[in-house]
Amino acid sequence: MKMTHVAAAFAASLAVAAPAVAQDLHFPMLSYRTGPYAPGGIPFADGYHDYLTLLNERDGGIGGVPIRITECETAYNTERGVECYESVRGDNPLVIQPLSTGITYQLIPRVTEDHIPMLTTGYGRTSAMNGNVFHYVFNFPANYWDGASVAINYLLSQNDGSLQGKKIVLVYHNSAYGREPIRTLEILAERLGFEFLPIAVDHPGQEQGSQWLQIRRERPDYVLMWGWGVMNAVAIQEAANIRFPMENFIGIWWSGSENDVIPVGAGANGYTALTFHGIGTDYPVYQDIQQYVVDRGLAAGAGDRIGSAVYSRGVYAAMLAAEAARTAQELAGHGAITPDEMRDGMEHLNITDERLAELGLPGFSAPFQVSCANHGGPGAAMLQRWNAETQSWSLITDWINSDRELIGQLADEDSAAYAAENNIAPQCN
Amino acid sequence: MLYREAGDFKTSYASDNQTFPIRGDRMAYWAVLAVAFLVVPFVLGDYWANAVVIPFLIYVIAALGLNLLIGYTGLLSLGTAAFMAVGAYATYKLTTAFPGMNIYLVFLLSGVVTAAVGVLFGLPSLKIKGFYLAVATLAAQFFLIWLFTRVEWFYNHSPTGQIAMPERSMFGITITGAAASSTAVYMTCLIFVVVMAWLARNLTRGTLGRTWMAIRDMDIAAEIIGVNPLIAKLSAFAVSSFFVGVAGALMFGVYLGAAEAGEAFSINKSFLVLFMVIIGGLGSILGSFLGAAFLVVLPVLLKLLLVDGFGWPADLARHLEVMIIGALIIVVLIAEPHGMAALWRTMKEKLRLWPFPH
Repeated sequence: MKMTHVAAAFAASLAVAAPAVAQDLHFPMLSYRTGPYAPGGIPFADGYHDYLTLLNERDGGIGGVPIRITECETAYNTERGVECYESVRGDNPLVIQPLSTGITYQLIPRVTEDHIPMLTTGYGRTSAMNGNVFHYVFNFPANYWDGASVAINYLLSQNDGSLQGKKIVLVYHNSAYGREPIRTLEILAERLGFEFLPIAVDHPGQEQGSQWLQIRRERPDYVLMWGWGVMNAVAIQEAANIRFPMENFIGIWWSGSENDVIPVGAGANGYTALTFHGIGTDYPVYQDIQQYVVDRGLAAGAGDRIGSAVYSRGVYAAMLAAEAARTAQELAGHGAITPDEMRDGMEHLNITDERLAELGLPGFSAPFQVSCANHGGPGAAMLQRWNAETQSWSLITDWINSDRELIGQLADEDSAAYAAENNIAPQCN
Repeated sequence: MLYREAGDFKTSYASDNQTFPIRGDRMAYWAVLAVAFLVVPFVLGDYWANAVVIPFLIYVIAALGLNLLIGYTGLLSLGTAAFMAVGAYATYKLTTAFPGMNIYLVFLLSGVVTAAVGVLFGLPSLKIKGFYLAVATLAAQFFLIWLFTRVEWFYNHSPTGQIAMPERSMFGITITGAAASSTAVYMTCLIFVVVMAWLARNLTRGTLGRTWMAIRDMDIAAEIIGVNPLIAKLSAFAVSSFFVGVAGALMFGVYLGAAEAGEAFSINKSFLVLFMVIIGGLGSILGSFLGAAFLVVLPVLLKLLLVDGFGWPADLARHLEVMIIGALIIVVLIAEPHGMAALWRTMKEKLRLWPFPH
């Protein structure tokens, strides 16, 4: 008897659902709740899921059209990412958010071919900010080159506007993700006269003894980190072991979650990281999440990550996607939008302070406007500092702008090379 | 009953020595080929092609290559993924340096480049054996991946170290890049699999394969009867690396489209291919197919069943999948230590006699 059930379920699963007329808004999730990067993947997926659930429960979806959320497990693995993308691609997905730079690279040509928008908030291919070339890829509100530039601008402000003769080390995850900021930092080093030294950490980064020995020998003034997963906590622990002053150790936003600092205990006190959105749970939206999602037992995952840094980022990414969908509905004049209409919505997205307040997220994000030429948003970020005693992050700066002139120039070079390789005609002008 | 062998007499040496001496096998072989070439391309959906069949075919080539080395020559290698990376990066360099070059030729040349690299890293096999050789090939794994992430020339100085496959077509049909239809990609992989499996099968039946097997069974005895271990071992490394290189080239060129040495060709992939060979059956062509199917297709089927069929959470399904596959590996290896090919061999013996066993 049981076998028939199994067989029937199996047969049902094999019959790939025909792309029916969209009666709902399909937001697929390419998440990873397993594997070495799960500590980062779980809170992000929870935040993304919970915010969309909130919209369904509180507002009945977006513009009256219910949201359908599907989750596909990638385990941060590119081959599984392809499998997941293939499984959602025929199902009218409005926006793909893979939360992996490697998977992003793989999907850029595919989503462009299939006309499905992809949003990579704070990761992915930096030069995708050039909407002239990357029509279907968006990476607002900030990218890695912005992150590098913001970190250097912060250090400039700490050093009376000069980094002459300083030595800055970059500890990076030896992957496309970690290598992204190197070129920007090299150019900034040349311009500002600081010495720059990149030090790679191989996946997954549990063993960093030799790297930190080198750092100890080099005696840098500052250490920047592009890490993810277990690598972050290990690096912070190693830094604490060599008594590196934590306030001179700055992580990118992916190296700034509670998971990274709590294991190090008191030694992590003062560790600083970038963030491109607000932190903590002092936003009205969290009361709604509690009321409509958690109290109704609809919280994604174990529901224990609410309010953590990466959870907030998931909420933020979902908010941007939902706002883009709303914009798209206004532009299209109907509720059940297609991926192509969603793309237009993303391109006309306008996040204002008033709108953020309406959403229950006042001051959560820098206000910005996306345009056809600029898919990258404002590129501003803040710095947060860890307090080991209260176990909480606190913001230590206001929004710091990045050197968009330099980054735009670099992005133009890189995207022009991509356009030439792939015979893409610039579109916006 | 299934195998109607009565009256199937061999009257010439040629017919006695053919690849499939049993008529039933032969017919099944042609039927599979006919279905694969004439039916599957027309019924295969995009999801099934890209998520299941294409990776399966590519892993078959890699498993065949490794099987020639481990199963037929007895040389243990843990550098498979690195050799796949050599194929992938060779494809990238060749296709970006010579944009007009025929893409099939690029894949084959990538295999040749990998064969050369494989021979280089096969040199220690003349002195060391067994686990020690495995460690030497492990060095290849780490060295090559380090090289591909360290030396910018290999990835054309791209800022992230990612390589991306440009669009290439043949006879007006797009083969690589996102615009390639899954049918075109499927046919490309199928052609390579059929030709290379045929090549592997016939190599192992000929002189070269027999010298390999002689080395595997007892290298000193082989040397005494006149087998040159230098040529046997290095040719095994060359041919095996050629296969693995083509698999890597296809994986990057037609399947992934973008890759990065450290992620796409990590040590885990070496182990994956090794497990395919061991589970499928050492020293068996069919085993390479079965092993690849077991480790590539089964996880996807399980995922479809658990997530789409039962509606379970994706992460729970993933955890279960790891456990189920792990348990199945143990079960298979206990039930049949010589792999799934040996299981099939036993079944076939029974089927030939069925329904009248002695």
